[in-house]
This record gives sequence, structure tokens and C-alpha cells, in this order.
Amino acid sequence: MSRKIFIIAIVLFAATACAAKKTPVAPTPTPSAAAVAYPQQITTSAGLVTIPKKPERIISLSATATQMVFAVGAGRQVVAVDQYSTYPTNAPRTKLSGFQPNIEAITGYRPDLVLIESDQGGLVKSMNALHVPVLVLPAAKDLSGTYDQINELGRVTSHVDGAQRLVSNMRHEIAQIVTSVPKASNLSIYHELDQTYYTATSATFIGQIYKMFGLTDIADKAGLTKNSGYPQLSSEYIVSADPQLIVLADTVCCKQTKASVAARPGWSKIAAVQHDEVIPVDDSLASQWGPRIVDYVRLVAGVVTHAESVYKAT
Amino acid sequence: MTDEAAARVASHRLRARWLVVALAMLALAMAAGMLFGAKSLPPSDVLRSLVGSSSHGKQPLDAVIVRSIRLPRVLLAGLVGGVLALAGAAYQGVFANPLADPYLLGAASGAEVGATIAIAYAPAAWSVNSVPVAAFLGSIAAVAAAVVLGRSVRAGRSTTVLILAGVAIAAFLTAVETYVQQQHQAAIRLIYSFILGRLGTAGWSGLKLVLPYALVAAIVILLHRRHLDVLSLGDDEAASLGIRVARVRLILVAAATLATAAAVAIAGTIAFVGIIVPHTIRLITGGSYRTILPLSIIVGAAFLILADLVARTAVAPAELPIGVITALIGAPFFVVLLRRSRVVAQ
Repeated sequence: MSRKIFIIAIVLFAATACAAKKTPVAPTPTPSAAAVAYPQQITTSAGLVTIPKKPERIISLSATATQMVFAVGAGRQVVAVDQYSTYPTNAPRTKLSGFQPNIEAITGYRPDLVLIESDQGGLVKSMNALHVPVLVLPAAKDLSGTYDQINELGRVTSHVDGAQRLVSNMRHEIAQIVTSVPKASNLSIYHELDQTYYTATSATFIGQIYKMFGLTDIADKAGLTKNSGYPQLSSEYIVSADPQLIVLADTVCCKQTKASVAARPGWSKIAAVQHDEVIPVDDSLASQWGPRIVDYVRLVAGVVTHAESVYKAT
Repeated sequence: MTDEAAARVASHRLRARWLVVALAMLALAMAAGMLFGAKSLPPSDVLRSLVGSSSHGKQPLDAVIVRSIRLPRVLLAGLVGGVLALAGAAYQGVFANPLADPYLLGAASGAEVGATIAIAYAPAAWSVNSVPVAAFLGSIAAVAAAVVLGRSVRAGRSTTVLILAGVAIAAFLTAVETYVQQQHQAAIRLIYSFILGRLGTAGWSGLKLVLPYALVAAIVILLHRRHLDVLSLGDDEAASLGIRVARVRLILVAAATLATAAAVAIAGTIAFVGIIVPHTIRLITGGSYRTILPLSIIVGAAFLILADLVARTAVAPAELPIGVITALIGAPFFVVLLRRSRVVAQ
């Protein structure tokens, strides 16, 4: 019986796995463009991490961290990434897993820095015993969390300039994209995480992206921080809330399509379905908080522009 | 059956009083299930939506919600609750074990493995609709394996061997499931949403899929209600009264499994219903299966409809997993039950 409860706990965890945990990033001491000095001390959620020298053999077990490290220009210092780090394509992908980390396999690469999303299976402790620093980079809560992580990785890998350039480019591009789109006149949106109607409120990372465009998230009625911002809605509510936009972030995991959404009982009544404003997106693009979020913001801009014209015409 | 045996079980005829109480509970549960939901609708609108006859395309939104979402959900919860409670009661009778539930011989772990394998390995072209089929087959296969394994042992006619075979099969399948999940982290979300239950998404089509199996199982099990009473006297006693114990046991397990597999494939593994409902009825009405079986169907249906109502309204418009509700009620009840059974044992 305890197994059932365990499963429930797991699922609640899984549903919130990408939930925002505030990253206690060390107060940024306005890094100068000068070379970085080692050893460095960094305060993370897992405690104080000491980086003794410039890392040259980095292992990243987080798809987002992989993107960040490569984007700041430290790609050459990376020796291995996990199986889900599919971007950039030239990253040295291995069978390593960040969910079930195998200490021996990781150690086999003789890493001098390990990047992970969450401390699974006591990885931090084990690696510290081997004097390998581990940096935990949990899902960012908002864009500034993303920028903090990028800057932190820049400092750690001695690519402060690259990180600063990346952050300022991202800021600039995102601002430009958002201003290029007229504020949505209260368009409502439902962002679907799986086919049992788990979704994200506007308090989440992805929800804040929609908020920048003035979209109203139908999940907010469930309470912004309900289930860490990732509540499960009832079909009845979604149909009665009648969202004008539906984003399907469950096309890969759960094979959902425009057709499968339209076929759900009662869903043909929803404005988004009737006006063909159901947008399938790549699950991982919509769940990562790395540099590629700019691409996602651009995608949303296109979606909002299109939806505006469609709903204005009716 | 001898006169003596007939006399022993005759005193346990289903009393009309209990039947009326159970049916009233079911009616109340269904009414509450239809009246409340994430969208608040006045009772008059719900009623009008139910009896209205406009074609689907022209229905107003309220009617769509009531007829396409709320009604099938209430009916499916009732059907699944009834099936699980009936199957649980049958299993408890067959195995003469108060802790038996419909998942005892691996029906749940079989379904989970079937679904997990389908989700992880099925070609992308297959639709997600292939998952319930795989779960159904996995469930049946697991129980069949347990039965074959149990009977292959020399002392294979005893229920203990069968239960142990079921435990072994379930442990093995859970290991397979965990391994496959660990190899396919990306699929884990879909796998868990499947296991946790989908009363809210199945709709009319899910209801139609479960109904035939539920009917067959209900008819077969209810026809054997006297046999279950005789089985409770012990295998030797039952055999001496002319019951072919092994055969009856097999038929009952097959029928209960068929219905459980269908319910699990559509609605996920919902815990505790199969244990607490038959036991509640047993505690209140006495031990005869002629009472327990029919009342289990009705009360099981009412219980799951109410549990689902709590699941979808307590934090509306968000939902709670139904397993949380049944376990929240079921776990404390289970403790009370265990305490009682210890008292009985002493």
C-alpha cells in the first residue's frame, strides 16, 4: 500500500520537478572583464562550493546547463554531457544520466566540475568525497534566474565576458521581440504539460513568458502557487474557461496533437480549437530555461500576433 | 448441495432494507456528482442539459459540460468503483483472506508493465490509444502467469501457493517496470499519469470499453455467490458438499481479473476501494457473500463517485489525484480493520 502512496509522491514530484526553486545565487560582485581568479567560492542551494582551478574537464548532467556552458564559450572544457543534452548537437553526448547518476561512470571521465539540475542519489556528497566540485543548477524561477546561472557559469569556467555578452544579447533580443508585438488584448492561454491536464500558472518560468505578452493564464484561477505553480486542472474547468490559445507542450512525451485535442469530449467548443489556435511545441524547448528561451519567446510572439489577427477578425 | 449446507447459508439472504439503503446512497452520490463541479451550474440547468435533445454541434456550453464531461465521469467512476469492490469481494472469498484485493495476483503491476512497455517502445506512429490495450493484456497476462505458476507447484491447489506466485509475479513485473522507466526518463510523465488514473479524461469511450467486461464479470461472480459462502467453510468442507473447488476458484479469479483489467486499463490503479468497501459491508451486514457481492457493487460505485467528486472539487479548478482521496480514507480504515482482525485472531 505504501507503494501507491510512494507513486503518488513521485508523480507530485515529477509534476513539480521543473518547478521553480529559488536559486540562492551568490550576490554578484560585478565581475570585471579581467581574468577570473581561482580558487573560487560559490554559495549554492547545496552549500558552499569551492572551485580550486579553472575547470577543463566539465561533465554536464543537465540539458539546460549544457546549453549554457556552450553558449558562454566554455564548450571546449566539456568532456561529457548526459543523454538528454541534445543541444548543441556537437556536445559530447554519453549514456550518463542525471536522474540515476552512476558515480563510477562519472568519475571515469576524471571530471573537475560536474553540473547537475538536482542532487539525485547523494551525488554532491559522493563527488565531494572525491574532491570534485558539483554545481547544482535547478530550474530557474524567472528570466533573471536564467541570467544569474549563465553569469555564474561564466565566472566558474573563466568566460565572464562570454556570459555577459550572452546575457545582454538575450535581454536585448527578448525586449525587442516583446515590444514588436502589440500587447495582447487579454487573450487567454492554456499551457498543457500532459494529457491529464497538468499545466503551469503565470507564477512559473514559462507562465512569466506568456505574461510578458499580456496573456491571461487560465491556470491562475487554481491559485498561482498551487502545486508549486503546476496544478492539474479538470477538463470541465478548461472547457468552461474557454481559452483562446492552447499550447501543447506534451507533443513528445504524450503524443498529443491538434486532432487528439479536438477529439476530447467537449473540447470542440473551446475557442482555441474552433479557431485553430492550438499550437504544438517541442516539450523540451518549452521546459528548459537556457539560452534557447529566446527562440521560444520568438515562437510565442508569432503565435500571439497570429491569434490577435484571428480574434480581431471575429 | 445438502440440506444442511443450504440451511447454513440460507439465513444470509440479502435483506431488502440493506439494498434500499445502498441504492439510496448511490442515488445521492450520483446526484451530488452531477450537481457539483469545477463549473458551478444551478440544478435546473444541469437537469435541462441532461434531458435536452439538441444535437451536439448546437448544444450550449453548459450542456456540453454536463453531458460530455460530467455525466460520463460520474458513470465511469461508478462503474470502476463497483467493479473494483466486487472483484475485491470475490478475491477475498476465493482466497479466504481479508487482505486480498483485486490487485493481489498482479493485475495492477501487469497493467503498469504493459502500459510502460507500450509507452516506452511502441513505434511513434501508434497512437496513445494503444496504451490501454497493452495495459489490459498485461494485466490479464500477469494473473494468468500467477495462476499457471501457482498450479504448477505440487501443492498447487492451495490458495497460499497461488498468492505467493502472485507476489512473485508482481515483484518481477515491478522490477521490469522500474528498469524500463529508468531507461526512458522522458516517458516517465506519461507513464505516471497513466498509472495514477484518468477518470477525468476517459469520457464516454472509456465507459463503453469497460462496460462489457464489467457486465460479464458481475454476472459470473453473482452467479457464484453461494459457492463463495460454501468456500468460506474451508476447501475440504466445500469439496464434501460437491463443489469443485479448484474450478470454481479459477472461474471467479478469471471473472474478477477480466473486470479489474478493464477498469485499470481505462482508469489507472485506484487503491483501497477493493478492500475497504467489501469489508465495510461485511462488518455491517454480516459475512454472507449473497449480501456482500451485490452491495459491494452498489456501495463501491457510490464511494468512488464521491471520492472523485472530492478530487475534482476540493481544490477546484485544480484536481487532486483520486488515489490520494481513496488512500486518505482507506489507510485509516485499514488500520482499524487490522486492529479488529487481530482481536478476532486472539
